[in-house]
Amino acid sequence: MMSMANEAARGGTYGVPAAVEAGAFEAATAAVEAALAAGARYADARLVDRRHESMTARDGDVRSLNQTTSVGLGVRALVGSSWGFAALGDPAGDADARRTGGRATAIAQASAAVPGPPMELVGVPAVQGGWSSECLEDPFAVPLAEKGDLLTGVTATMRDAGVAVAEALSQAWDTRTAFVSSEGARIGQHVRESGAGMHCLTVGDGETQRRSYPAFRGQYGTRGWELVRELDLPGHADRIAAECQELLTAPACPAEETTLLLGGEQMSLQIHESVGHAIELDRILGWEAAFAGTSWLDLAQLGSLRFGSELMNITIDPTIPGALGSFGFDDEGTPAAARDAVRNGVWVGVLAGRDSAAMAGLGYAGSVRADGYARLPMVRMTNVGLEPGPHTLAEMIAATDDGVLMEHNRSWSIDDRRLNFQFGCEIGWEVKSGRRGRMLKNPSYTGIGPRFWSSLDMLAGRAPGEWRAWGTPNCGKGQPGQVGHTGHGAAPARFSGVRVGVRG
Amino acid sequence: MSALSSPALDDLSAAVLDQVRRQAGADAQATVRVEHATLALTRFADSAIHQNVADERVTVHLQLTVDGGRTATASTTRSRSDALTDLVAATLAAARLRPRDADWAGLGEPAPLHSAGSPDEATAVASPADRAAGVAAFVEAAGGLSTAGFVQTAALTVVLADTAGRHLRGATTSAICDGIARLSGADGVARSMSVRLADLDCAALGARAGAKARAGVDAVPVDPGSYPVVLEPAAVSDVVAGLVSGQFNGKAVVDGTSGLRLGEQQFDPAVSLADDPLGLGAVGLPFDTEGTPTRRTELVRDGVPVELTTDRRVAATLGRTSSGHASDVSDTWGPMAGDPSLAPGSGGTVEDLVAGLDRGLLVSDFWYTRVVEARRSVWTGLTRNGVWLVEDGRVVAPVSTLRFTQSYLEALAPGAVVVGSAVDPQPIRLMGPMGYNRVAAPALRLAAWNITGNAAG
Repeated sequence: MMSMANEAARGGTYGVPAAVEAGAFEAATAAVEAALAAGARYADARLVDRRHESMTARDGDVRSLNQTTSVGLGVRALVGSSWGFAALGDPAGDADARRTGGRATAIAQASAAVPGPPMELVGVPAVQGGWSSECLEDPFAVPLAEKGDLLTGVTATMRDAGVAVAEALSQAWDTRTAFVSSEGARIGQHVRESGAGMHCLTVGDGETQRRSYPAFRGQYGTRGWELVRELDLPGHADRIAAECQELLTAPACPAEETTLLLGGEQMSLQIHESVGHAIELDRILGWEAAFAGTSWLDLAQLGSLRFGSELMNITIDPTIPGALGSFGFDDEGTPAAARDAVRNGVWVGVLAGRDSAAMAGLGYAGSVRADGYARLPMVRMTNVGLEPGPHTLAEMIAATDDGVLMEHNRSWSIDDRRLNFQFGCEIGWEVKSGRRGRMLKNPSYTGIGPRFWSSLDMLAGRAPGEWRAWGTPNCGKGQPGQVGHTGHGAAPARFSGVRVGVRG
Repeated sequence: MSALSSPALDDLSAAVLDQVRRQAGADAQATVRVEHATLALTRFADSAIHQNVADERVTVHLQLTVDGGRTATASTTRSRSDALTDLVAATLAAARLRPRDADWAGLGEPAPLHSAGSPDEATAVASPADRAAGVAAFVEAAGGLSTAGFVQTAALTVVLADTAGRHLRGATTSAICDGIARLSGADGVARSMSVRLADLDCAALGARAGAKARAGVDAVPVDPGSYPVVLEPAAVSDVVAGLVSGQFNGKAVVDGTSGLRLGEQQFDPAVSLADDPLGLGAVGLPFDTEGTPTRRTELVRDGVPVELTTDRRVAATLGRTSSGHASDVSDTWGPMAGDPSLAPGSGGTVEDLVAGLDRGLLVSDFWYTRVVEARRSVWTGLTRNGVWLVEDGRVVAPVSTLRFTQSYLEALAPGAVVVGSAVDPQPIRLMGPMGYNRVAAPALRLAAWNITGNAAG
């Protein structure tokens, strides 16, 4: 039998992780019982104990060190076709748990004052078990002094290289969830996440420039501190500081229609914004019409609509080891499973929950998550990413007569149907006659989703390290607001006939 | 229990400070902030309530400094005695391990509050039925159109105490009704926010959203280019939010990413902007997270930028005193105005402003706006919930979604602005403690707005 320590390090499905306390299940069970007793036809509850640590450094000094502990109970109750959700921080015992369960049902009953159509839930197995993420080096066991030395060291290096501002940060989360449903599910999960990043600013005449590594807010995964060590921040500090200064005197990205080559980090955001959000079933059904928005995708065309070129293969895969959107079970208790979203350019799958899937006549859920105990589980991206392509970045450059290579996102904007986008990047380079040429500043590009994806004509991923599961730790959605952690497999890619150099 | 009647917060803050003295000794300096928050939100889509939530929590925040500059912060939703002991122990251990911060600004000086806040008890105890009634009124008034949106009520009580003997208490409430009506691909929006739920007329908002949607059907494209525009208050609130977060934010000045020129006639004389957390209907607290009293901060007077928003660290760097804008995220994102208020002008109603356009656009709302160039305050974003072509002072056709790329600073330049006469308080997300901030904004007519794309790309 595997030892507890090895179990925690390896991750995977091995029954309820030892880190999830039995008392957490008792509170969740009491809440579900109370919700049913008050009249709910279905209820589930999550007791979530989440710890977060962030450290920031600026110009050679630690700027902030913050640790938060968020513990509480969130209960969902279904009465007729109406949901109610109630949350309570740090329930003191059985009475608090039952009061919260009863409150969820009372809120659902109030929802019935403005009711919707009949609603069912697609079936899920009532699992009794658990999952933990792989974690080779517990991020909370790494000495704060070591983290401080790393962050202050790289910011000092960048400052010494002449930038105006140098900042770095690291973050870690430890989340333990006990999930209980009225259908008999009892699931424990222990997920640890880590990440870090750095950036610098230079100031010129009426302008500022920024360079980041490995991304502006860092790179994250459901992994331990080993992820941060692999990033090797010190090995990139001098380079981004030098690039940031060179940008001040670089020519501006020309305004033209041209061949566009995107680096992997920018591709991850392109996927997130123009594919990931567009395939969220709650948006497609109009449930987010007033806030996050809808989607240009029409369910009647699921399985037949051409989203992009033949090179476009997008998966929904929460089973990717170490990716930021990975889990064993979503927050409705649905076991993680990989699924196609776009296959050979054709739209074939959505991100769904039990209620939205039933409403749409689909047979699968599995993409419902909540930001801590206090927020309602809702349709969210897990890992939505491109499969690696058949080319390399070097081949893409060599095959381009005239184009622009852009990398590292600086700004992003897309309309409420996820069609018209405009992205800015930190740095660009001319590509002329098959070679990477001059650096370009303020690169940007704009387009319409399906037209842009249909122009995808080369996709890297064949060379080692070109494909990576990027982590986005700041995906906003929902009211009250929720911050989601999502993953995106991406590699450099080439698109033809793209409008670049948009200026105000 | 209402979040406005939380006597235990004082006991909790005292217990934490007692633990600080026991564990860290008399020389340690600490500020503890205890919040009791209730937030309830009823969402509707397809004219039915589909999400309905309520959250209640007490959060203890601790900032602890030892050795005159080794500081750590921590927060927890655990508030029982053993958890508070653990909180102090963990924070102390973290503080001792980190390097001394040469720029540590120290504890704030005691100062009298300008107000105790003006929370509304009825809003604090609003029930799911109260919020559902607001939803029903919005849906009904939209006249059969499909509707979507939300009604939110929230209450927050905060006690702040420190090892120097300061003890502050403040409270606030907020209420929002925000929704769209939908017809044949056209959406119309109406929203409002106040400290009191009773101030919100959800039926009037539903009727307005319905009328806007009906006026947006059969939209036509227009070509990119520079257009004079009339921005309705929802769109103006985005411009105001962009300026207070990126230009008046003291950290942006320190970093060199603000293009503000204090004391110069940078804006049209019709522009006067303040942060007014304690004004009529405002939802601010009487002190910030460092305990600095909040007050009205004049940011632009008759087109001249006159003040920045700062916390103690940024203020010290700039040789100023804190304006009371510290927040839980100000270390990262900078201290920014939470209740900005753009003063009304003499331009009259939206219709009056439209009447002054030869050929231009009327814009209801902006969406997904992001900075393209920080110092010039160039933002890109899209129109949403209605945009119309105006010719000879009259609305002649609804227009399909447009993308803009525009400097907010330059849009408000001298000679470019006419300010409407009525202020319409709008909810907007600026990292406020209850999810939404309130922007008091009139409509504006601007001489030029750079449209850089349309539905065709």
